[in-house]
Amino acid sequence: MDNIELQKIANEVRKSIVTAVHAAASGHPGGSLSSADLYTYLYFEELNIDPKDPKKPDRDRFVLSKGHTAPGYYSVLAERGFFPKEDLTTLRHLGSYLQGHPDMKHIPGVDMSSGSLGQGISAAAGMALSAKLYGDDYRVYTLLGDGEIQEGQVWEAAMFAGFRKLDNFVVIVDNNNLQIDGPIDQVNSPYPIDKKFEAFNFHVINVADGNDFDQLRAAFQEARNTKGMPTAIIMKTVKGKGVSFMENQVGWHGKAPNDEQYQQAMAELEKAGEALCQK
Amino acid sequence: MSEVKKIATRASYGNALVELGKKHADMVVLDADLAAATQTGIFKKEFPERHIDCGIAECNMAGVAAGIATTGKVPFFSTFAMFASGRAFEQVRNSIAYPQLNVKIGATHGGISVGEDGASHQCCEDFALMRVIPGMVVACPSDDIEAKALVEAAYEHKGPVYMRFGRAAVPVINDNPDYKFELGKGIVLREGKDLTIIANGLCVAASLDAAAKLAEEGIDAKVINIHTIKPLDEELVIASAKETGKVVTVEEHSIIGGLGGAVCEVLSENCPVPVKRIGVRDVFGESGPAGALLKKYQLDADGIYAQIKEFLA
Repeated sequence: MDNIELQKIANEVRKSIVTAVHAAASGHPGGSLSSADLYTYLYFEELNIDPKDPKKPDRDRFVLSKGHTAPGYYSVLAERGFFPKEDLTTLRHLGSYLQGHPDMKHIPGVDMSSGSLGQGISAAAGMALSAKLYGDDYRVYTLLGDGEIQEGQVWEAAMFAGFRKLDNFVVIVDNNNLQIDGPIDQVNSPYPIDKKFEAFNFHVINVADGNDFDQLRAAFQEARNTKGMPTAIIMKTVKGKGVSFMENQVGWHGKAPNDEQYQQAMAELEKAGEALCQK
Repeated sequence: MSEVKKIATRASYGNALVELGKKHADMVVLDADLAAATQTGIFKKEFPERHIDCGIAECNMAGVAAGIATTGKVPFFSTFAMFASGRAFEQVRNSIAYPQLNVKIGATHGGISVGEDGASHQCCEDFALMRVIPGMVVACPSDDIEAKALVEAAYEHKGPVYMRFGRAAVPVINDNPDYKFELGKGIVLREGKDLTIIANGLCVAASLDAAAKLAEEGIDAKVINIHTIKPLDEELVIASAKETGKVVTVEEHSIIGGLGGAVCEVLSENCPVPVKRIGVRDVFGESGPAGALLKKYQLDADGIYAQIKEFLA
């Protein structure tokens, strides 16, 4: 798929994120939008998956360790056909299967329940280990927030994956530099992130712009070609990417737009979508 | 008096894992640098490729177990009770129990009979911590035979199971041809009409001895082995309370929230009768030989007998 097609899909994903969070009147748009291009790349280019057979045994696995960005995850799953897009407006509603954080028991395409930070990476490492133990050749991907890596369990998991040489395992860090209480380097800095993963025996790929499909493509190809060690992709992104008033604003980590803000966000995204169609 | 055979239930755990491992290729055993103590080392010797030492990182180990379970394999994750239920509590809750993953938790070194290591390693809170998690099965076997049966039943059960084993050697009490283990089903070991003693773990043998002592004085105690704390055999507990009018619970655990708590919850709603909870009385343990500690904390036969006498007085 060419970049324009991917960008169009990512733009649809962004519209879904804004719509779902607005309908829920709560949720996490900022980190969902920063990862929207990554989600799109994974589900439309990288992963061996089948929306018609979400549990097929040889599928690649994805674990959203930063589970609060479920709106982005659900939006791309719906876009890919795992469940109807209309259902996204039931996000976080009583009785909806679209729980506030990923729930593998009820959501087609979700490989692991997550939301409590630091835990998804361990489960993902377990999946990768299982593949190695039993000679299966699927790959396992997990997405972490840059604030999330303050959790000690992340480094327990990193040590484990590095030591076990899980080269079917890719950790992606969404480095949008913001967490709830402010910039990550003012709250409790995890920098340098790349050197830390290197020290835990990962092959590290720094992506200067994680909202750029060429750079994502190059990184994931490099990860595929990496043998004998797991890969960490540290991608710089813009929190709230695609909605002008949300970009780089810490306040949009976990807040829903009001009706007016929703209209403005959707108008911007419609315009971006039209511009892509002109290309 | 003939020599009573004694074996620690942690050894039973290790041996049972090997037997299961022979039958089931989908079984994986995880440990956190305690393979010699938890006795998963026995499994490691037999099946090194299916024994994963995660090092001293229990929270990650719980998550790795969860991940393995999503791929259809059956992980047994093993460490001390303190770390399985305490340190990794939230991982057990959120990564294992919430998604109802098929992970078996083999928690050894439960209770004060850990001995010399002292309070930091003597977990007397695990029944309470695990019991409160939705869908978690919680069990504590009374001897070698029951421990092996439990491991087998845990494998067959679909969903998370917490199994507590002990460090100290305990007498084998279930070697009779009628013995039958079923998760969630209590076993009546002694009939009686004056009171019901409900016990688990190493307190079962001690309770039987206490009951024998009571019998010498004409006090007729019914003794029930409740190896499964959750789901509790409510039917048996209620029927026995109705039958005997008084209930005593005995466990190597805090009197808060464990077997005693579970029995009281059921009885207060269904058949309120006087209940005496025998256990660790809201204190931390301490260093010392296991036998001396059980005596000091009144969890040996004499201590149980004395507390029951006081209760009946």
